[in-house]
Amino acid sequence: MRRTSAALLILLLAVAALAQDAPPASGDDPVIENRLNNLAKELRCLVCQNETLADSQAGLADDLRREIREQMKAGKSDKEIISFLTQRYGQFILYRPQVTPTTYLLWFGPFVLLIGGLVILFHYIRTRRDAIRETPLTGEEQKRATELLNAASPKETA
Amino acid sequence: MVKYLIPLILFMVLVAFLAIGLNRDPHEVPSPLINKPAPAFTLPQLKAPGKTFSAGEMRGKVWILNVWASWCVTCRDEHPLLIEYAKTEAVPIYGLNYKDQRDDALAWLSELGDPYVLSVADLDGRVAIDYGVYGAPETYLIDQSGTIRFKQIGPVTPDVWTKQIVPLAQELNRQGNK
Repeated sequence: MRRTSAALLILLLAVAALAQDAPPASGDDPVIENRLNNLAKELRCLVCQNETLADSQAGLADDLRREIREQMKAGKSDKEIISFLTQRYGQFILYRPQVTPTTYLLWFGPFVLLIGGLVILFHYIRTRRDAIRETPLTGEEQKRATELLNAASPKETA
Repeated sequence: MVKYLIPLILFMVLVAFLAIGLNRDPHEVPSPLINKPAPAFTLPQLKAPGKTFSAGEMRGKVWILNVWASWCVTCRDEHPLLIEYAKTEAVPIYGLNYKDQRDDALAWLSELGDPYVLSVADLDGRVAIDYGVYGAPETYLIDQSGTIRFKQIGPVTPDVWTKQIVPLAQELNRQGNK
């Protein structure tokens, strides 16, 4: 067990080292490369869908990075580039989809669920508090209770 | 009694959502280009690099643009099907040879047959980006006005061909002839 976890640790470290050694994106202008890198981190690679465009080694990711780099050199803003990409690939390419009527459920659904849960919780606590509130016995009830207790006790002593 | 049914109903709703989610292919990203104009392009023809072909030439016709490449494994599976579809002459099929080597592409066509009226060569994949291609094969059905009416990601299976593409193409042709 210890040996496997040690092996796993070494493997993970090796992978981390490899990741560190990944070659820098080709290009000459460090300002544009920096911008490209920041933007590409917000974008999904459509081939390997859980990787960002910045990390992906897929051919399409290369092409898209090239496209973005050229548009940046042509003076386009990040916003213009994002709209260029969403026109072609849809909102799916964005890791943080824009807030539009189709994504309301995605953005606000968790908060609606949270509020709904809190409402149900408070309602439950209130009804429960009412149910367990102590009320003094009426004279009639007191009499019945004594009778029942008296009726039960002889059996116990017998 | 109703009180006890509520968790059950909520559970069923959750199960229904999960069932739908599990049966959907996450690789099928809905294209935002459906019912939008097909991006214009002018590219050299694969077999005659001196000549070009542009999407604009197909105005007034219902046609199919199929993205393929000799390096694409699924395209090899799709290829015999395309040859069958081309024989029916239901819709003319044009090819977009995506990021391929010309020699490899020509060898592929002579070995496996050529279902395309013609293919154009998109060597650097720029036109493919305009079409939102992210995995070959992809197939577009384009109408007389140059609007994309249908997109298939992955191979065009006989089911998709007979139940979706052919009826839609017939409908478009009928509308166009009025």
